[in-house]
Amino acid sequence: MTTDYKNIIKEGLWGNNTVLSQQLALCPTLAVTTTATNGLGMGLATTLVLVATGWIISMVRGVVTQEVRIPVFILLIATTVTVADMIINAFLHDLYKVLGLFIPLIVTNCVILGRAEAYASRQKVLPSMLDGLMMGLGFTAVLVVLGMIREIIGSGTLFANASLLLGQTFAFLELTVIPNYKGYLIMILPPGGFLVFGFLMAAKRLIDQELERRNSLVIPLKVIDVPA
Amino acid sequence: MNIAMLPTVSGPHTHSTASVSSIMGNVILALLPATAFGVYLFGWPAFNLLIITLLTSVVGEAICLRIMHKPIWPFLGDGSAVVTGWLVALTLPPWAPWWIAVIGGLFAIVIGKQLFGGIGQNPFNPAMLARVMLLIAFPLEMTIWVNPHPLFSPNSPTFIEGLYITFWGVENIEAISSASLLGHLKTQLILGHTVPEILAASNYSPLDSLIGFTNGSFVETSGLLLLLGGLYLLARKIITWHIPFSMLATVILLATIFNEYNPDRYVNALFHVLNGGALLAAFFIATDLVTSPATSLGKIIFGIGCGAIEYIIRTWGSFPEGVGFAVLLMNALTPLIDHYLRPRIYGRTWSGQPLEDEK
Repeated sequence: MTTDYKNIIKEGLWGNNTVLSQQLALCPTLAVTTTATNGLGMGLATTLVLVATGWIISMVRGVVTQEVRIPVFILLIATTVTVADMIINAFLHDLYKVLGLFIPLIVTNCVILGRAEAYASRQKVLPSMLDGLMMGLGFTAVLVVLGMIREIIGSGTLFANASLLLGQTFAFLELTVIPNYKGYLIMILPPGGFLVFGFLMAAKRLIDQELERRNSLVIPLKVIDVPA
Repeated sequence: MNIAMLPTVSGPHTHSTASVSSIMGNVILALLPATAFGVYLFGWPAFNLLIITLLTSVVGEAICLRIMHKPIWPFLGDGSAVVTGWLVALTLPPWAPWWIAVIGGLFAIVIGKQLFGGIGQNPFNPAMLARVMLLIAFPLEMTIWVNPHPLFSPNSPTFIEGLYITFWGVENIEAISSASLLGHLKTQLILGHTVPEILAASNYSPLDSLIGFTNGSFVETSGLLLLLGGLYLLARKIITWHIPFSMLATVILLATIFNEYNPDRYVNALFHVLNGGALLAAFFIATDLVTSPATSLGKIIFGIGCGAIEYIIRTWGSFPEGVGFAVLLMNALTPLIDHYLRPRIYGRTWSGQPLEDEK
């Protein structure tokens, strides 16, 4: 059985995107994306956990019976998250102070168990890890875009505190987009998250429709070519 | 005469002449006296604010209709966007800057109404949605209640000064404004004063609040003119008595009970009815045909809910005024109320079975 790696990448990043298509993991998505930096940090932490759990769960899939799989998966996920939590606390302590509450909650992030159930528990190790990586990167991308929009409209800055996450070399990312901005508080509050999320979902559908329209323009030409 | 030549007319053969545009026209007519008084009381800046909100609402509606490939003029011509914009403007602080009006008007129409599918589809009252959004997003600008500056009085800004106030703002606006009576009451109560002390110190007179010579948002100051407009709507059968009556009765009942229990801590019912947006909401906002229940009993429950939540927020909440939140919360319950209080279908029992043939 060959594995379609190209398809895994495509589905993870776009077609089956965690947030925009599956609408999973909305809780952290809406809660942490008050700034782009927070979104990036949360996304990367989740990606790390997704890759690790994809690897572990895919390895134990032959040993775990059908009846006990959910508790076992959750236990493995919780262990991985605890490790990630401690790593971030130790090496990125300033970011930990911002994201602190949300990192242990990655355990309950439905996308992790969702991928474990739907993918890693039935597939080989390498595709499972790649699936985790791509799902995680797709998740991160949405979180960053959502965070950017909310941060620009909400407080007029972009990637504030990025140096906490990425180190001083990335301090240049920290921009003040609108100087002397009074702030549009609702964008930082949960309703703003829902609003931007809704518009992003609509945008994805528009793009998908447009792609489909373009593809459908190509297909008839091929049909004509065949009999000739 | 050949019967077949007659045009075929299908039922219903008797219908009321009410249309969306006639309803909206009547609502605007009912709001006119209170609006005119608001413009008189707060001068040209208030007028500018009304025009800006109306313009952005109508333009926002037109753009949305265009994007959704709907016919523009029939929907624009029904006047619902004008009424929404009008109501948004009336709940704003009268000297608010122009961008408050623009954001409010656009939010009400685009997010509050058109995103849900346009007229008749919105679960929440668009005007209240915009007002609550503005209050949460711009707590500073939305709570500057300028003192009355009646037109033609010496301290009233001229038209040019009015434009300046709306588009550039006023230096030291705090100097010519004060807390609304509800807000003042709340802060003073927290400081440990009693209700009679506070009212005596702030020159509160029920008559002023009734006629409207107090500060407050654009139009909620004049209880009398709002009542007049509301009664006009009742007389024209645009609204029914259920929601205004049950809402105001609940506020009056709760306020009286608590006032009797402890007059030092709880202010009396008259104060609650005459100040803030109680009358405006009871007659013009909670009665919105789209977002309130359909049955009479449902409307009464809806009104009681609005009144109770309003009183609770005003008395124990952190905001001095809770009408907007009350209406929105009850809007959210409207589908549930309508689900459980369905009227009996004509010719069927309450459980939906056909009626037995009586012989």
